[in-house]
Amino acid sequence: MLDLVLQAVPMDDSWINFDVQSFIQGFWSNTFGGLTYGAVYGLIALGYTLVYGVLNLINFAHSEVFISGVYAVVFTLTGLGFNGDTPNLPLPALIGDLLLALLAGMAASAIVAFIVERAAYRTLRKRNPPRLVYLITAIGVSFTIQGLFFLWRGAQPEPSVILIPTVQVFDVFGGIVYNYEIVILVAAIVTMVVVDQFIRRSRIGRGIRAVAQDPDTATLMGVNRERIIVITFIIGGLVAGVGAIFWIMLVPQGAQYNGGFVLGVKAFAAAVLGGIGNVRGALLGGLLIGLIGNYGQTLLGAAEWSDVVAFVVLVVVLVVRPTGLLGQSMGRSRA
Amino acid sequence: MSTVNGPTLQPDPQAEQDELGREAKGRGVANSGAISRWNSLSRPAQWGVLLPIVILAYAAPALNLPIISTETAGGGGTNWDINLFQMSYYALIAIGLNVVVGYAGLLDLGYVAFFAVGSYVAAMFTSPDSPFFKIPFLWTLPLAMAVTMFFGVLLGVPTLRLRGDYLAIVTLGFGEIIRLLATIIPAVRGQVGFQNVGRPPGTITGSNGLQQPLFSASNGAPWYWLTITIIIVVLLLVGNMERSRVGRAWVAIREDEDAAEIMGVPVFKFKVWAFAIGAAVGGLTGALAGGQVGFVNNQSFTVQQSILFLAAVVLGGAGNKVGAIIGGALVAYIPNRFIAIAEFKYLIFGAALVVLMIFRSGGILAARQKLLAYSRRAYAFLREPAGSASDRQRSGARR
Repeated sequence: MLDLVLQAVPMDDSWINFDVQSFIQGFWSNTFGGLTYGAVYGLIALGYTLVYGVLNLINFAHSEVFISGVYAVVFTLTGLGFNGDTPNLPLPALIGDLLLALLAGMAASAIVAFIVERAAYRTLRKRNPPRLVYLITAIGVSFTIQGLFFLWRGAQPEPSVILIPTVQVFDVFGGIVYNYEIVILVAAIVTMVVVDQFIRRSRIGRGIRAVAQDPDTATLMGVNRERIIVITFIIGGLVAGVGAIFWIMLVPQGAQYNGGFVLGVKAFAAAVLGGIGNVRGALLGGLLIGLIGNYGQTLLGAAEWSDVVAFVVLVVVLVVRPTGLLGQSMGRSRA
Repeated sequence: MSTVNGPTLQPDPQAEQDELGREAKGRGVANSGAISRWNSLSRPAQWGVLLPIVILAYAAPALNLPIISTETAGGGGTNWDINLFQMSYYALIAIGLNVVVGYAGLLDLGYVAFFAVGSYVAAMFTSPDSPFFKIPFLWTLPLAMAVTMFFGVLLGVPTLRLRGDYLAIVTLGFGEIIRLLATIIPAVRGQVGFQNVGRPPGTITGSNGLQQPLFSASNGAPWYWLTITIIIVVLLLVGNMERSRVGRAWVAIREDEDAAEIMGVPVFKFKVWAFAIGAAVGGLTGALAGGQVGFVNNQSFTVQQSILFLAAVVLGGAGNKVGAIIGGALVAYIPNRFIAIAEFKYLIFGAALVVLMIFRSGGILAARQKLLAYSRRAYAFLREPAGSASDRQRSGARR
């Protein structure tokens, strides 16, 4: 009997290796790489967090909102003459082109987010259905948009686009820091601060917080709930558009019809880790998911582990601390 | 001071009438009329009606008629028998997912993971490519159910205490993880996969006079008959469960989890049960599908598949096992019949999900929820005061 059991266990132990050696060697470069990816996750996570805060809905279609931005960025840049080679442009022209692409990505994502909200969620809200119906609609919208991109562009990813020449800026304990890593990290932090301040200080931000806290009372206090919801979706879309250009900077072949899907799950994991509904938590969660994923894949030895580890983190956080690291605070935060 | 007799609710006839009118409008009177007539039949009479349907289902391989056939003139398209097998296994998986989504109201977006585990169990214990010891194929069916049930509990215990929406994203991630693990772990051979997955015993004499296996990849009919036999068994089990304490608990959880908990329903326990039973049916289907195709690798277990399964349940009507069968069969049949749109089936069924949710969230055959618990007695009670035919019609609308 024991013989049979031993036979049943494959004696193949190469698939999981605790490669501590290369983990230590690549620790610093992994850290910078992880933070960079994490910054993009954070930007996507913001959209999930805002919509969840206001509507208590996992907007599965947000990954498609993001990928629309990615397509817009790629098309704009290809139109401006960018391709798989390192661009050879004077700095002001380069920055101008990238800003144009950034705006295109933001606009595309915001428009898709707006359409999704109007066409699907708003019609649904009027009928006041059970929660399950919302979630099924959300996943349906996500697959519809994915299917449309598939119909339009096919299964192949778009040809790669290189945005900026890669320059090694400095090194920390042997880990080299590249210029794009700094750009992405700084831009993500700036975006987060802007959104955070907007939600804390502006009139619309106060409206968003009010609706998150108590939609009915907010309506009684004169907040236009429908308008706030649309604005929330649009902000999520704009920030996803910012994430889109940096995603292309990291992954030149990143525009694929289903490319946003796993990213979406990871970004949601980030939002939960930071505390869903919490703007600062989204960035923190994103950075942590990026770091953990990068460490995990070096330690365990295959790129796929990055997604597996992120998912395991999601489950562990949900079980141990469902409110996330910083707490679910959109409704509770004060200006 | 009597606090026992709280305020009594006076029935409001006007409101009740409104409620009835709204319900009748929402569900379509013709539909509920047919259902009430069905429920007024005695058990043997119901079997009498069902028997021809079952016979027709078994005879379906002979019904390869020009309009409905999935084979195209030039010998292309999907073989009719194989199409039937695909329809049947989609129907079976829809029944399984219906337990999770329809009865217990738990949104499982990674159901393909259980399907994958079932396929892999069948493959690893029968294929010569696997280092494991081998068992006959039919024994892998219960084994696949047991293993997937274990996986269901493994995933369910930490996550089912969470709110419903978190469960959706966790299962979505789980589906993706199983696929990734199938790529990473060498023992399951990634894209290379397992060939010559086992098959049930039995041989027939082929057209060339040679003995060949009855259950083969190119011969769909035996697989189809096996699957619909399993469907009937599973339907009996699930139907009994639905009418029992377990089923009532599931419906209570679906309708209002907090209220169910307060009423003394062990919510967590029954959620895990729903999850485990759904997983087991998914694993069973996976083993069957793996056996028919004869080849299992990591390529077919995508998230899109999960959404197709979900579309099958929602299309037919979540919470209604007949609806699940119809939905599952449709989801498999439409891409096979209309090859031109097969490539865009994810788009079509994704859009169908949205449109259905907005305009008819109950699906094609909406579930009768409220009187499920004591349905027969309740129907009898409702029919009693009805003297005239028109009254009977009205009580039909009332279910």
